[in-house]
Amino acid sequence: MSKILVGLKRVVDYNVRVRVKPDGTGVVTDGVKMSINPFDEIALEEALRIKEKGGATEVVVVSIGPSDTQQQLRTGLAMGADRAILVQADSAVEPLVAAKIFLKLIEKENPQIVLLGKQGIDDDNNQTGQMLAALWNRPQATFASKVELDGAKAKVTREVDAGLETIEVDLPAVLTTDLRLNEPRYVKLPDIMKAKKKPLDTVTVASLGVDATPQFKTTKYEPPAARQKGVMVKDVAELVSALKQKGLV
Amino acid sequence: MTKILIVAEHSGGKLNPATAKCVTCASKIDGAQIDVAVFATDGSAVAAEAAKIQGVKTVLKVDNAANAEPLAAVLAPQVAAVAANYTHVFGPSTTFGKDLMPRVAALLGVGQLSDIMAIESAYKFRRPVYAGNAIVTVEAPQDKKLVATVRTASFQAAPQGGSAAVEAANVSAELPSHTRFVSRSAAATGRPDLQTAPRVVSGGRALGSADNFKVIFSLADKLGAAVGASRAAVDAGYAANDLQVGQTGKIIAPELYVAVGISGAIQHLTGIKDARTIVAINKDAEAPIFEVADIGLVGDLFTLLPEIEKALG
Repeated sequence: MSKILVGLKRVVDYNVRVRVKPDGTGVVTDGVKMSINPFDEIALEEALRIKEKGGATEVVVVSIGPSDTQQQLRTGLAMGADRAILVQADSAVEPLVAAKIFLKLIEKENPQIVLLGKQGIDDDNNQTGQMLAALWNRPQATFASKVELDGAKAKVTREVDAGLETIEVDLPAVLTTDLRLNEPRYVKLPDIMKAKKKPLDTVTVASLGVDATPQFKTTKYEPPAARQKGVMVKDVAELVSALKQKGLV
Repeated sequence: MTKILIVAEHSGGKLNPATAKCVTCASKIDGAQIDVAVFATDGSAVAAEAAKIQGVKTVLKVDNAANAEPLAAVLAPQVAAVAANYTHVFGPSTTFGKDLMPRVAALLGVGQLSDIMAIESAYKFRRPVYAGNAIVTVEAPQDKKLVATVRTASFQAAPQGGSAAVEAANVSAELPSHTRFVSRSAAATGRPDLQTAPRVVSGGRALGSADNFKVIFSLADKLGAAVGASRAAVDAGYAANDLQVGQTGKIIAPELYVAVGISGAIQHLTGIKDARTIVAINKDAEAPIFEVADIGLVGDLFTLLPEIEKALG
């Protein structure tokens, strides 16, 4: 019985233009659309494809967040996950804490593969998968653009700065997804109805015995420095002369 | 005393310029001692290069046959072992550093700070979140080792002219065999490296096909520039993935960035906001790219690009 654990983070939808609160205490989230982190959606899609090809028997989606995070887990169930676990946390947890929580769930669930997005598009940390692999003392294959399973091994192609790199890892392992791994499926209405009947368990961070105390303190949020609006030129001659003036060509 | 260890990134026996940028970042901390560690099979050439970076005190050379390829699972226990004598451990925020450093942090039992863009003190930093739509100030505890990645686009490379001592270091760490390198396909283009090139020409969705993308390469060659692409262009298969510029691709800071047929999605702008001069060429005068461009030109790229090449002589 081989199982895949998938992490789904609830984040501000990627289409929302994020704004910093005027008092600098955070970003505006009131009334803002929340969604599954896009990289995590890709992770779930990959898990479902592996299961559909017979590479796994169960896909379990996990999220850490407030109770509203059930919405994202239900979406994950509608996409095709078999069951869901919500680890209830009322304030955001740091990646190391998230990794410790996942490790606790791994001890219970004993998965063959843990699939996570490479980064959350909120904090842009890009850490949890790597930290989990370290704590679990298992391989990591980050930024995956192709995953091929071969028995107790996986061959993973990774998007790296120099191009593409392929590594082989023994399972169990942690894989994190890059954008081009797949295109997640759309959820159909009957699946949403079916998803309502699928099991969704809730546990608390404390019940897992994980200390969620943050290590870092964010003291201020600021909007980025705006670039000065430049000039419009009317033709190529003007463009080239402007570049020459700046000593750029 | 602040002692900072920087993990060198290298390939093919050459030091990656990202390392010298980490040195600049580290040198912003007053009175810090900066050492660089080179993990390789034979790191002599790379260590010699690192020793020339101004501001570096010692280069630690950790040679091991297992270090032939930069596998995070193999390198992390060694970095963690060397880190014992340091207060800070920095790596570049490249795919190499992003893969490795969180694993190092977890082995050390601490969190990690990603993408340092500015240093306020040894334990106070600024970093971007939400694709650069917000900049946060973060304080780290002084009683814990600080592991961090450095946003390389925010720092110039530290100059040459140093003469650090190179020391061979013995590291006793158990290295796993569960992760194995298979292959790497790097596009050998003969063009400048996108991450470090002073000039970059990028193409977007408006190019319409991989074949049409040739006009981007042509202008880039004329300018001696590296080639980049928007996510839309990469997703559509017009350009290779390693050319992607933006939040999830490469974050770059060239002197000149020419955006051709790129509308300017926020995640793309995140990747270029530190460019000195941005030139935008787009047929849509309302495209958001013009909001950030220093010089904008509205028109059909297929007409304009050959004209530009001609005007450049």
